[in-house]
Amino acid sequence: MAGLDVLMERGVALDFIKEISTIPGGEEIVQCIQCGTCSGCCPASFMMDYTPRHLVAMIRAGLREEVLSSQAIWLCTSCYTCTYRCPMGIKITDIMYALKRIALRSGKYPRGLKVEKLSKEFVNMINRYGRNHEAELVFRFAMKNPFKSIKDIPLGWSLFSHGKLPLMPEKIKDVNKIKTMIQKAEEVGGL
Amino acid sequence: MMEYIYYPGCSLKATSKAYFESINTISAPLGVNFKELEDWNCCGASLYMGINEMNSFALCARNLALAEKEGKDMAIPCSGCYTMFRKTNQYLKDYPEIKEKIYKVLEEVGLSYNGNVKVRHLAEIIINDVGLEKISSLVKRRLEGLNVACYYGCLMVRPKGGVEDTENPKSLDRLVTALGANPVFFPAKVRCCGGTLVGLGEDIGLRMVRNLLICAKDNKADLMVVTCPLCHMNIDVYQPRVKKKFNLGFTMPILYFTQLMGIALGLDKNSLGFKSLIVPAEPVVSKYL
Ligand code: SF4
Ligand code: SF4
Repeated sequence: MAGLDVLMERGVALDFIKEISTIPGGEEIVQCIQCGTCSGCCPASFMMDYTPRHLVAMIRAGLREEVLSSQAIWLCTSCYTCTYRCPMGIKITDIMYALKRIALRSGKYPRGLKVEKLSKEFVNMINRYGRNHEAELVFRFAMKNPFKSIKDIPLGWSLFSHGKLPLMPEKIKDVNKIKTMIQKAEEVGGL
Repeated sequence: MMEYIYYPGCSLKATSKAYFESINTISAPLGVNFKELEDWNCCGASLYMGINEMNSFALCARNLALAEKEGKDMAIPCSGCYTMFRKTNQYLKDYPEIKEKIYKVLEEVGLSYNGNVKVRHLAEIIINDVGLEKISSLVKRRLEGLNVACYYGCLMVRPKGGVEDTENPKSLDRLVTALGANPVFFPAKVRCCGGTLVGLGEDIGLRMVRNLLICAKDNKADLMVVTCPLCHMNIDVYQPRVKKKFNLGFTMPILYFTQLMGIALGLDKNSLGFKSLIVPAEPVVSKYL
């Protein structure tokens, strides 16, 4: 990782870029030429506080706090356009995923967003049933108050009456195996 | 009869009934048997990847291990699941440290995986294995005069590695042509629908949906076809909100490609899931039913 030496020469804190480099293929981040292709094609960049190119530069500059508390990482829809088009082969989508994970673990996500609650509910659902329904979960989070009766919400009612909201998610037979697997996966770990 | 191991995914059992039903209805006439993978679990979707990568690979690997025992290609109707499985397969191959860890996880529940499952999108199977020639020979009601915007979305074509051209895919357009309809120019065909953004910040997600609808309308589409339940959720279910928020003066039915095929093949309209669409399709498709 020749790029790291250059950064070190300039006295930049390297912890953060090293952390990001531990994800599969993550070390390629030092190859970024700041061409802006990722920002130009990102469908969400128009709403981001920092564009993908900017975030990559910030990671390389060691701006840990600023990156982790940015809104931008939560606006990434994992569409993979940037990853496909990056001329340097940087897996920007994977980096965005990694940033989400680090931000969640360190509690550094922007307060206005419901990311923590959404993530927790999702994980619980999988652990309990082995199945989930992402769209349904997201839909519940899109509602102002998820605990309101579903009849009070026109869209909720319309979904329900179209047979789109089952009351219970399906459960798999071997749900204990899912728990065992998740425990083991957490033990062997990774970022 | 061609056989595949079918991984419907969680959405098809809930919000995307229309997809599930129409796949069931068209598969026999097409000569395809989609055999559901027994006791499959959630792939983790994009959400789990943003929470814990190894757990996410583990969830996918269990399904792949179960599917491998069946010795057939895996048919996946949801583009999100499709990408999760493709990615897991790829990373197990490319990164020995991930492989080693995941093998340990599988061992813990008495499973093993040798990386041999071929992960395929159901649309691609229908287009390439059944083939357009056969499909057009089965058409009972050609969809003459119907203008269709073919929306591929993100994860059927990205990341690279599927069979489709990534920047300008044309397979759905060819399928629609084989049904007698007219695929319109639709430059937003691989532009993101917003994924799960509506859940986090409604405005941004709805804006992305609006852009797709306007692009389709400007190019004179009568309806849009999709290949993914999350795209469908965004563009169909949230369409009334988009319409209100941005004062759109039109609505556009959003059909799964399998529903459109069902119409053209002259199959029973009551088993094609039209009732569970939020934006009704009848005004546009009734003349072909
Ligand atoms: S596209 Fe790649 S090289 Fe260009 S700015 Fe983005 S990350 Fe850097
Ligand atoms: S994967 Fe994320 S960062 Fe990359 S283009 Fe898509 S939304 Fe933007």
